[in-house]
Amino acid sequence: MTHRLATLTACLLIVLMPFFTVAQAVDEPDDGGNPEGTRERVVASLSQSSVGITATFSGSEIFVFGAVDRDRLADERDDDLDVIVSVIGPEEPALVRRKSRQLGIWVNSATVTIDSAPSFYAIATTGPLREILSDTSDLRHRISIDRAVRVVGEASNVDRPADFAEAIVRLRRAAGVYFEQIDAVKVTERKLFQTAIALPANIIEGDYEARVYILREGRVIDDFATGIEVRKVGLERWIYTLAQEQSLIYGILSILVALLAGWGASEIFRLLRR
Amino acid sequence: MQIYLPIAELSVNAFLLLGLGGGVGMLSGLFGVGGGFLMTPLLIFIGIPPAVAVATEANQIVASSFSGVLAHLRRKTVDIKMGLVLTAGGAVGSVIGVQIFKYLREIGQVELLVSLCYVVFLGIVGGLMFIESVNALRKSRSGAARKPRKHHSWVHGLPFKMRFRVSKLYISAIPPFGVGIAVGILAAIMGVGGGFIMVPAMIYLLGMPTAVVVGTSLLQIMFVTGLTTILHATQNQTVDAVLALLLLTGGVIGAQIGARLGVKIKGEQLRILLAIMVLMVCAKLGYDLLATPSELFSISRGGGH
Repeated sequence: MTHRLATLTACLLIVLMPFFTVAQAVDEPDDGGNPEGTRERVVASLSQSSVGITATFSGSEIFVFGAVDRDRLADERDDDLDVIVSVIGPEEPALVRRKSRQLGIWVNSATVTIDSAPSFYAIATTGPLREILSDTSDLRHRISIDRAVRVVGEASNVDRPADFAEAIVRLRRAAGVYFEQIDAVKVTERKLFQTAIALPANIIEGDYEARVYILREGRVIDDFATGIEVRKVGLERWIYTLAQEQSLIYGILSILVALLAGWGASEIFRLLRR
Repeated sequence: MQIYLPIAELSVNAFLLLGLGGGVGMLSGLFGVGGGFLMTPLLIFIGIPPAVAVATEANQIVASSFSGVLAHLRRKTVDIKMGLVLTAGGAVGSVIGVQIFKYLREIGQVELLVSLCYVVFLGIVGGLMFIESVNALRKSRSGAARKPRKHHSWVHGLPFKMRFRVSKLYISAIPPFGVGIAVGILAAIMGVGGGFIMVPAMIYLLGMPTAVVVGTSLLQIMFVTGLTTILHATQNQTVDAVLALLLLTGGVIGAQIGARLGVKIKGEQLRILLAIMVLMVCAKLGYDLLATPSELFSISRGGGH
């Protein structure tokens, strides 16, 4: 009896589902659902939720995979669905300095504090950002690299503050910690997607975040975020912690190691000469 | 083989660092200079943050200079008493230097001051040494007797006279103490041992015999860079132990080879070689200050801390 009731309730729910979701989509503070009124959600997962930086760390590859959850079967309407996957490093303020020639030599003359710039930023997409992402959605979700670097208080002491934010993006792109992978997200059967983002060897530790956006006609329909813990482990962890918390002992140890190495080399060479 | 540096927070090739350490260590053993004036710019060039490069280089110099001091002690070419007077001055200097370094880091002018210091000091020292040693070499070739460098100058009129037996000197303690302070300041600001300025100062200002200059200079460098390492470690947390270990492994081996080579080369030739090298680094840094850089902008982390 209870079993039959449960089945009936489930059937009723399935029938009524579209109505609930339509109502929900209207309430959605986001850019809204798709034109057909279909409710679409994104679920995703990562190959690893933590990255350990060991002494021989030479980078790591994070696989991001997931699915678009719909209340109907996928059909040709879903061919124009776009997916953007981004991995963002810890955000921190940065000082950007500009050189100018004074008395014949080049010196740092202007400084701008960038309120927040991620230490790492990678984007993988199903197509060129300009085509799949509208300006309003970008402004709202801060998806493109240029939007991720934030200057809140406009610096009044320099004539062109925008140059400084651009410089951070340019320098970090050159360092390989900001990059885009256009067409790197593979969508299969109109609902499953996957991509790989390579963390280079020169990343810093901290709390990273992987974000997944699904888009239609440039608008974000749904997004998903999950954390990636990047931490030094083993010897790296030990050295770093000691240097920060027991800096005097660390300094003395460094010197002892140096003296030992100096003495060792001297002795070895004396033996070799005999 | 790539290795991740825990303090510099980047991955570098271990063999590159061992090679750099070895090459610079050889020069160190050969000339009695710490080699920092070459190593610090090289480290910055391969992408190590300047603050980490300066502090870690100090730690590496401890190893190479200790290795060198041991070699010189066996040959009895170290004036320990003179070394200690120089060290006392050096300690005062390095405390001052680390404070200046900290202040300049805050206002973002470390790079400029370091470059200017290099250009000015290396230019003067290298130039003087080059001229002097070329003249000395020419004189010894023409067979003219070299007159001993025993002139009475203002240095000999100062109080607190001390007898330095190994150096065969009876002079005031003030000039060596002053030289020590100057070298200590430079050591902390420039991430160098200061040998390139101390060696000429000992020869030309204090009138020490060339034979004991190198060993004594290394002794002072060892103590001063040791202190600088501790100061940078406690105040800036910028000493990278892994980077230092790789550099010093290469460095101590190089220093031993250098010390052996040094015995075979004449003093004047040694000085000409050192002068040429100093002038080359000076020219490179001077060019960088004057030429239009390809990138006008630079980033430094923080602002919040």
